[in-house]
Amino acid sequence: MAAAMPLALFVLQLLGPGGWCLAEPQRDSLREELVITPLPSGDVAATFQFRTRWDSELQREGDTDHYFLRYAVLPREVVCTENLTPWKKLLPCSSKAGLSVLLKADRLFHTSYHSQAVHIRPVCRNARCTSISWELRQTLSVVFDAFITGQGKKDWSLFRMFSRTLTEPCPLASESRVYVDITNYNQDNETLEVNPPPTTTYQDVILGTRKTYAIYDLLDTATINNSRNLNIQLKWKRPAENEFPPVPFLHAQRYVSGYGLQKGELSTLLYNTHPYRAFPVLLLDTVPWYLRLYVHTLTITSKGKDNKPSYIHYQPAQDRLQPHLLEMLIQLPANSVTKVSIQFERALLKWTEYTPDPNHGFYVSPSVLSALVPSMVAAKPVDWEESPLFNSLFPVSDGSNYFVRLYTEPLLVNLPTPDFSMPYNVICLTCTVVAVCYGSFYNLLTRTFHIEEPRTGGLAKRLANLIRRIRGVPLL
Amino acid sequence: MGLLSDPVRRRALARLVLRLNAPLWALPVAWLERTMRSVGLEVYTQSFSRKLPFPDETHERYMVSGTNVYGILRAPRAASTESLVLTVPCGSDSTNSQAVGLLLALAAHFRGQIYWAKDIIFLVTEYDLLGTEAWLEAYHDVNVTGMQSSPLQGRAGAIQAAVALELSSDMVTSLDVAVEGLNGQLPNLDLLNLFQTFCQKGGLLCTLQGKLQPQDWTSLDGPLQGLQMLLLMVLRQASGRPHGSHGLFLRYRVEALTLRGINSFRQYKYDLVAVGKALEGMFRKLNHLLERLHQSFFLYLLPALSRFVSIGLYMPAAGFLLLVLGLKALELWMQLHEAGVGLEEPRGSPGPSAQGVGLASLVAPLLISQAMGLALYVLPVLGQHVAAQHFPVAEAEAVVLTLLAIYAAGLALPHNTHRVVSTQAPDRGWMALKLVALIYLALQLGCIALTNFSLGFLLAATMVPTAALAKPHGSRTLYAALLVLTSPAATLFGSLFLWRELQEAPLSLAEGWQLFLAALAQGVLEHHTYGALLFPLLSLGLYPCWLLFWNVLFWK
Repeated sequence: MAAAMPLALFVLQLLGPGGWCLAEPQRDSLREELVITPLPSGDVAATFQFRTRWDSELQREGDTDHYFLRYAVLPREVVCTENLTPWKKLLPCSSKAGLSVLLKADRLFHTSYHSQAVHIRPVCRNARCTSISWELRQTLSVVFDAFITGQGKKDWSLFRMFSRTLTEPCPLASESRVYVDITNYNQDNETLEVNPPPTTTYQDVILGTRKTYAIYDLLDTATINNSRNLNIQLKWKRPAENEFPPVPFLHAQRYVSGYGLQKGELSTLLYNTHPYRAFPVLLLDTVPWYLRLYVHTLTITSKGKDNKPSYIHYQPAQDRLQPHLLEMLIQLPANSVTKVSIQFERALLKWTEYTPDPNHGFYVSPSVLSALVPSMVAAKPVDWEESPLFNSLFPVSDGSNYFVRLYTEPLLVNLPTPDFSMPYNVICLTCTVVAVCYGSFYNLLTRTFHIEEPRTGGLAKRLANLIRRIRGVPLL
Repeated sequence: MGLLSDPVRRRALARLVLRLNAPLWALPVAWLERTMRSVGLEVYTQSFSRKLPFPDETHERYMVSGTNVYGILRAPRAASTESLVLTVPCGSDSTNSQAVGLLLALAAHFRGQIYWAKDIIFLVTEYDLLGTEAWLEAYHDVNVTGMQSSPLQGRAGAIQAAVALELSSDMVTSLDVAVEGLNGQLPNLDLLNLFQTFCQKGGLLCTLQGKLQPQDWTSLDGPLQGLQMLLLMVLRQASGRPHGSHGLFLRYRVEALTLRGINSFRQYKYDLVAVGKALEGMFRKLNHLLERLHQSFFLYLLPALSRFVSIGLYMPAAGFLLLVLGLKALELWMQLHEAGVGLEEPRGSPGPSAQGVGLASLVAPLLISQAMGLALYVLPVLGQHVAAQHFPVAEAEAVVLTLLAIYAAGLALPHNTHRVVSTQAPDRGWMALKLVALIYLALQLGCIALTNFSLGFLLAATMVPTAALAKPHGSRTLYAALLVLTSPAATLFGSLFLWRELQEAPLSLAEGWQLFLAALAQGVLEHHTYGALLFPLLSLGLYPCWLLFWNVLFWK
């Protein structure tokens, strides 16, 4: 894993009607699948997906109002067992049957990468979208590390990975399948062996590369009945050459530069490793308000030259209300590194605003990169020879790009932090006591006191005073 | 003074060695990369090059270009926001290869564990501190010292702590720990305590300043040993040099220390397993840290590994020393005031004219002494080639000799400054000058003592008494001798002798002189290569200030 970065993204997607999900959906259906991808390094990636749909009487009117779209990140959160348990409870079969029996916490958290997500969205039931279903999609991806969990061995089986095997499909599931990536597996150069041998295969272009998958359908009785359970095994016939895994066309790195507690610089490096194609990238940054960005210092350089973004949207932060929002469309030249940097000043917080462990630092959420990346398939000249001649008339086909959304690593920034230790507390306490005492003393010393005489005497006294005034005698 | 007695041959040899700069021993970069990768780390390299301001004769370096190799162990399921560093600086020979071996073994062991919450960077640097400086600057994407280096391909978030390892043999008798960093910065005391805990746990013998710990604190012997170690630490901290590659990490607020394996003539020896265990323990403890080490023990002096003198105890000493300057200044101020009043009343002349003369007479000595300081800072490095062309010396010697020449010339120059202005009241002139000088000195020493206590205290203890006494009356020769003896250069010279005396390796006068010259060259070099502040502090701040007192002494 070049950048093992588990991000717990609990995404609430609210897509408007008239999108690409107009097909008549099955009602109250569950589909579950597990994709196992052996990586050349010996690690194995496993991705679970569970999709549940149910009808709803909830009516939707009009389009989604984009004014209500929100984006929020919690960069500090680390996924752990307490995230997995409620997530599993959302599954119709819980963890009793089907693929979900493999979800054993102690194995899933023994991995080098873990990512867990929940997507929920409305799906139209007819063309005019008068009634909708709700779709709940739960995904879980883990990467098993050959060094840690495999004890250095590169052969894998379901039992080895999850310490369970598959015995039965979930009775509620309309589809329950296991896909194994066997792209490297072919007859003449046997590098990878899968056991039991697959009955059907499936080919597709995934993330710009052509992939072949072996399919094991749990609803197909033959799959399980032979041996009462299904334990898929992967064997590397020949140790894979110690070659470097292919570098993706787009990858990114983010860091804080500078030292000291006054200033700093946020730098994002965007790598385009494609040999000849440039492509644009949409970069979205949200930076907390306590890093005061100097927008005039925003510099974008690629290959030593200034790179002018074709679109910039900047929304300045307001203290304690909203973060900075910076969105840019940047063209990445072919085979280049683009550096986006912006300087900031670290703000001094009020003393109640520090988190309970302020010396750990404050997190800055990852930048989000969205791009249409040229696919590996289109980059291979070999395919041109095999494909029909008319293909070259329209060189850019639909499959020449694929959409990628990348999250860079979150950052940890130290702010100027007071020493919240005993002397600091003593100073705070003393100051409070002095302030309170001083206030009351000052009040006492500067106030002038008047003795207000009680109003006594009624009519008799007034009369007496009237007489006395006439007589010229001092009043009572 | 040089390496060879004949200047021509010496120059030829120095040119040959330094210009060709033949790599006698190079880091096996490809092998290291392969090995680290096979262990399961993410491996990157970084190349750097640096032309030193003048040839470094102690390390035989001039134009340096090397490669750092580092491997990152990514913590499982973490987001690479924090990291720890284990670094092994490799010098110009293979003295540190055992440490590289231990680093690789630790990397292989750490890779198999799943409890890491922070990434761990295993860093092997070439040209020891130069490589470390290049790597740190590239990691934090800053350029402090004019190092040219390739940008880093892989990073692992904010570095929380670092341990530098130096082992010259595969059996050690004791582990020596160095804490003093660049400009006298110290790592948090908790890191040292952590090391000491694991030393005790593993039964390792730990030393500080290369000396065994005093055992018996009840008799007189223990405290005396403690005092010896305290003085050694004060001298090392005052030098402002990074005593090990950990010293460079401290600038970036990364708590770090250097562990040195010592192999001496002792019966009981430890193999590398014991050292590795201690290191593993330290890394696991650091891995568990939620916050950076931040509790307020950044300022301390160590009489022993398990004892420290805190800032609250030692700072008053420096404070009282500086109070002398303050009181003396106050006295002068009152005398000046009285003299001014006394002058004004009988003559009836307006005050401002007398005041104006007093101030005008100060401008010339102040400017001249500051100019001398500037010359001392700039000229040696700037004029090294001219000096090397006209005199039979190599560049490094030229720098040191120019430095000494300018320093000595400064003693002669300010004598004549008072002739620039004609003063009617000579007493007022020197008093005003001394008043300014006293305040200037007190301010400088106060600032230095706050950042690097040892340096501040050492300079205060030597300079304050004579500075307070200096006046153009009485026996001038005695005062002059005292003033020369307490000048910054003389303090450096004396410290070298004290240092070797405490290390129980006394110097002869000739050796001391050689060491003094080497120290001057190193001081200038370290300012240019690592950004050490001792040289500019002395040349731009304290030397001009000291010249002012010299000026006061010879006021006519």
